[in-house]
Amino acid sequence: MTRLPLAGDLGFTVEQTDEIDVRPCAHGPVLVRGATSVRDAEGEDHPVTRPVVAVCACGKSQRGPWCDGTHKVIPRGR
Amino acid sequence: MQLPSPRGVLSSHLIDVLAGNARLQPSTLGNAVRTAMVSDDPIADEDVQLSLWVLYELHYRGFDGVDDRWEWEPHLLKARRELEECFEAELRRRARPHVTNAAMAEGDLPERLFGLVDDFGGPSITSYLQREATADQFKEMLVHRSIYQLKEADPHSWAIPRLPDLAKVPLVELQYDEYGAGRPERQHAKLFADGLEACGLDREYGAYLDQVPGSTLALSNAMSLFGLHRRLRGAAMGHLAALEATSSLPCRKYVGGVRRLGLPEEVAVYFDEHVEADAVHEQVAARDICGTLVAQEPQLAEDVFFGAAVCLLMDAILAEHLLGCWQGGQSSLRPTTTADEAVA
Repeated sequence: MTRLPLAGDLGFTVEQTDEIDVRPCAHGPVLVRGATSVRDAEGEDHPVTRPVVAVCACGKSQRGPWCDGTHKVIPRGR
Repeated sequence: MQLPSPRGVLSSHLIDVLAGNARLQPSTLGNAVRTAMVSDDPIADEDVQLSLWVLYELHYRGFDGVDDRWEWEPHLLKARRELEECFEAELRRRARPHVTNAAMAEGDLPERLFGLVDDFGGPSITSYLQREATADQFKEMLVHRSIYQLKEADPHSWAIPRLPDLAKVPLVELQYDEYGAGRPERQHAKLFADGLEACGLDREYGAYLDQVPGSTLALSNAMSLFGLHRRLRGAAMGHLAALEATSSLPCRKYVGGVRRLGLPEEVAVYFDEHVEADAVHEQVAARDICGTLVAQEPQLAEDVFFGAAVCLLMDAILAEHLLGCWQGGQSSLRPTTTADEAVA
């Protein structure tokens, strides 16, 4: 199965299927719809329990792979 | 829910009528509304806000022993509309500088919406609750929040049939998550009730109605005002976007406060759920709902900003009240009184 990388070099991926809808948000996370789990860089799968999830794209979340809003306190253009 | 204790001439007549203790007298009701409307500050006016809250509640779950048909009784609707005009005018007056700034700002709609939230400023209780508040003060905050949180998400659901399809779909997606994504025990309102109960507080909807001030009722009433008028669908969705955009980081601090104070885990669970959920919801609300809505109905842009500003204003008013009372060593809640004392 092909893995689809989500946010640059952070190593978060989802399984590529017809159901997957991925949308990066400017200065924010990546919104993912249609996934059953997100895999982190260590290979651990995190199950999806919401209709849409936000995957961290800044690398600073304390709850990776999920966004916890931390990007908002990082100065832009870092 | 029981009918609350009245807080003035208008709420007194209204509650008597709903309880079946008095016949509706249109002239008495009309005079009481006009008297209440000359209030210097309708947002803080106890009689105005309690009356509005009771009138709105007829559209949600109603009151024990009150005939459901009062919901669409023309004299009550007229009274509600007059109070709403006064309330909305005051909200628009206070929100105007924020709306103007956002309307003139650079960027697409979601970016301007996030900018409005970031630039708002104003008092915040988040850090105080995280680091300094006593357990009793933390519980007082839960009591204030119980007025809305026990019907969390409901006021924004009124907007669902009023949005174009491309904005409606993400709103339903967001609300589905608010209502537990198919798991009743995960509904946010249910998680909040569990937190109340674990703290030894009353989990029943409306249990603390008599103890919260008018400004706390106003916070909930503003959402009902936006939700119940199709005309204000833009404000309803802007309100939702600001609510979600000011939740994720503060909720993480609330979890810290819960742990510091050794409050029950159920309270932490409620706030912890919102760290992750609202990091998703703020993007969906600003981009997929508000961005799409305004792309299809550009005339709603200012109302989206208006709704967002009102959300932040009402939060700031509550924060100011809480901090003011607590710094003075007082409770932020109203003393519980009997109905007779409240009218006297």
